[in-house]
Amino acid sequence: MISRPRSYIGRVVVPALSILLALLVASVIIIVSGLIGPEKKVDLLLPLVAYRSLLVGAFGNFKGIANTIVAATPLMLTGLAVGVGLKAGLFNIGATGQVLTGGFAASLLGVLMNDASPWIAIPVALLGGMLAGALAGFIPGFLKAFTGAHEVVTTIMLNALVQLMVSGLVNDVFRAPGFSFARTAPVGNAELTGVAGTTLHFGVIFALVCIPLSYWLLWRTTVGFEIRAVGANPTAALYAGMKPRRTMMLTMSLCGAFAGLAGAIEILRLGYYPAVFGSSIGFDGITVALLGQSNPFGIMLSAILLGAMRAGAPLMQIQARVPVEIIDVIQGIILIFLAAEIVVRKIFRLRTPQVTGELQTITRTYGEKVVG
Amino acid sequence: MSVAQPPPPRLQMRGITKRYPGVIANNQIDLDVKAGEIHALLGENGAGKTTLMNVLFGLARPDEGEILLDGEPVQIADPADAIARGIGMVHQHFMLIPVLTVAENILLGAETMANPIFLDRREARRRIIELGKRFGFEIDPDARVESLSVGWQQRVEILKALYRQARILVLDEPTAVLTPQETVEVFAVLRRLAAEGHSIIFISHKLYEVLEIADRITVIRRGEVVGTRQPSQTDEDDLAELMVGREVQLAVERGTSHPAEPVLTVENLKVRSDRGQEVVRGVSFSVRAGEILGIAGVAGNGQDELIEAITGLRRSAGGAVSLAGQNITSWSVRERREHGLGYVPGDRQKYGLVLGFPISDNLVLTQYYNRPFARGIQREDAAIEKWARDRIEQFDIRTPSWASAAGTLSGGNQQKVIVAREFSRDLKALVLDQPTRGLDVGSIEFIHKQAIRKRDDGTGILLVSAELDEILELSDRIAVMYRGEIVALVDGRPTANKEEIGLLMATGGRAPTEQPPNGGTSGQAGTAMDMPVKGAKS
Repeated sequence: MISRPRSYIGRVVVPALSILLALLVASVIIIVSGLIGPEKKVDLLLPLVAYRSLLVGAFGNFKGIANTIVAATPLMLTGLAVGVGLKAGLFNIGATGQVLTGGFAASLLGVLMNDASPWIAIPVALLGGMLAGALAGFIPGFLKAFTGAHEVVTTIMLNALVQLMVSGLVNDVFRAPGFSFARTAPVGNAELTGVAGTTLHFGVIFALVCIPLSYWLLWRTTVGFEIRAVGANPTAALYAGMKPRRTMMLTMSLCGAFAGLAGAIEILRLGYYPAVFGSSIGFDGITVALLGQSNPFGIMLSAILLGAMRAGAPLMQIQARVPVEIIDVIQGIILIFLAAEIVVRKIFRLRTPQVTGELQTITRTYGEKVVG
Repeated sequence: MSVAQPPPPRLQMRGITKRYPGVIANNQIDLDVKAGEIHALLGENGAGKTTLMNVLFGLARPDEGEILLDGEPVQIADPADAIARGIGMVHQHFMLIPVLTVAENILLGAETMANPIFLDRREARRRIIELGKRFGFEIDPDARVESLSVGWQQRVEILKALYRQARILVLDEPTAVLTPQETVEVFAVLRRLAAEGHSIIFISHKLYEVLEIADRITVIRRGEVVGTRQPSQTDEDDLAELMVGREVQLAVERGTSHPAEPVLTVENLKVRSDRGQEVVRGVSFSVRAGEILGIAGVAGNGQDELIEAITGLRRSAGGAVSLAGQNITSWSVRERREHGLGYVPGDRQKYGLVLGFPISDNLVLTQYYNRPFARGIQREDAAIEKWARDRIEQFDIRTPSWASAAGTLSGGNQQKVIVAREFSRDLKALVLDQPTRGLDVGSIEFIHKQAIRKRDDGTGILLVSAELDEILELSDRIAVMYRGEIVALVDGRPTANKEEIGLLMATGGRAPTEQPPNGGTSGQAGTAMDMPVKGAKS
């Protein structure tokens, strides 16, 4: 492996500073929110109290840590679903739809095998979710490769399509009788139940395996070399005899598989598929991928950070009376700073490198001619 | 004080020093240009010519030194200031808006107003026509820039500067994009400008041109002036040595070729452009093992599409390509490569390299999936590294490390990476597209030597270049491509005649007034030499 220690440090600096800046900006919001809250006073220490209880809630005890890991698990996968795509020059905004597809497929398989052994039911349902997600990813990949339709546009449209179609199916064809709201039948033995009195479940292992696996794929295999080459310079990839179209379709399918697995895990954890499945893990994957700089291990760390905020938020609300929604605010601000990397570099007077890699994928003009 | 003191030079740059982190781009440079003088600035890429001109044009602030115009010290704040002081710049890449007319382009930024709201188009047109007449190139102010040939677009750029009353005109590598005939025409324009008292700074790294056009030549190497010469006192060898700092072999020993059987054969090949026009119109030729076949032609006469069809990047619309006796017309890029076809692309940054990747990855870009670089799908990093180290040494690629990104290399070294990758395989045929474009003398010498060596190893080489001199220097046979056809196939030097080939490139051997068959609107093949027709708005 090529070691580039200096560039690694460079890649960590901007995400770290973005988090710092986001926490600072959020502090101001927390202080102001105290002003309009029940006590109507300015408490300059409130942010510190809030962040402290957030930390304690997430890492203070074994249960908290377990909650953090469980919250981080789907984020790792959706982070990969976006991050691996970025490596191939594709901006997959469709993780949301791929999550729903994977989750729905897993719930149907779970219902079918609700009395099979969990050792069979769970892996089959998870695998089915992955495959369904891969299909949902393949479609925009195919459209991009053969018609030039931009994946940002097609995945956004597919998100809406999948959401409405699946919820329609659950409301109608697959609605289980005997419940007050529209949902599928329970997945029975395929449910991912917590072990050892915590929320930790079997699906965590699947997610954790995907991290080194995708690192190996991207950096140690010829397939990954093709993915990165197509992302960095599609015309050169074509010249070198690679097949950019095929690589794009493969990558989008892979991204969909990761997101599908995330959805399957979340649904099997819940035990059924609700008609209104409002999960933000698909979009959170964008933040995770950018924060992790599309590096699988970076994605793992980012997912744990965001998962910790989710897991610690309830305690923060109790102790500091800061609403849990502040987590969405922090996450949003992090994303803004990451996307506006130039701003962060200006604030901290960092050298501005040429726009390359992932950021280029996002800021690149739409409607470019697809090569191949 | 004497009464008959000569007037001070139009421009003096004294002791200009410009430092960038880690490098001194300009070190105590002195340059003076008289009124009516054509002063050439000669130097390799990265020698500091551009930095010096950026200082002059207000794009960079010198750390030390001063600029005097007509003996008066001035501070040039920005390009607008430079223009106001009568300095005009003609960049190598034109700063023109293709869909606007000549007049509109010239007016842009220097609007002649009839009143505060409306342009005075009539007055502007009158001035443009008058300027054109004065300097010997009548141009239609209403012609759209995109309908003009490259040579005429350049004249629009010159007009732009003159319209802004430039007295000092800087031309950055003005001939790089021109045919020999166009170069002659532009030189005539420049001489006329000088005769009218304009000062011209002519930036180039083409030695013979500088000798032909300049009144004085200042040579820059590594940010310093290493000499100033008059053309009568010097020659190409002397200038090359000054420029590079060592003796340079300007023309490689081509030796005699020993051509054997045909390895790359093209039969009645037809290829369409992106816009669906047939831009390669039934081309046939054969490259034999152990020879270099050069394709001369003005850029845009179908060479790009021809090469893409041969290498598999573009489908052909008819005809056949065969490699070592096998018909490869419908083969993929990879199949062709594996069958022994090498390719050095014309656009090295777009096609040849992944700039963000390490040099090592770029050196295996076409073979990464083969042993020893991969076993199954797993990459063998040790083998890749070893290969990279060997290539870097053998091809003298100047880099701190094999792991440095290709984008950090100079143009010459980037090209060496590509050459190292393509030349280090057993090839039957090799396509070289503009292999030395934009490179300095030292790199050109190196790449030419490698090409000759590859030829002598028995590879059939197809060389495509817009540089007629490069074609003449390397080719054993020369084909001239004009508007999608091979209009002539002649033996190389010593029988080849430069003027004759130049004429064929420009006219295809027909009367130069003949109308192009496709109406001349494509901007691709066919328009390169067309004069702007009055009222042609396409």
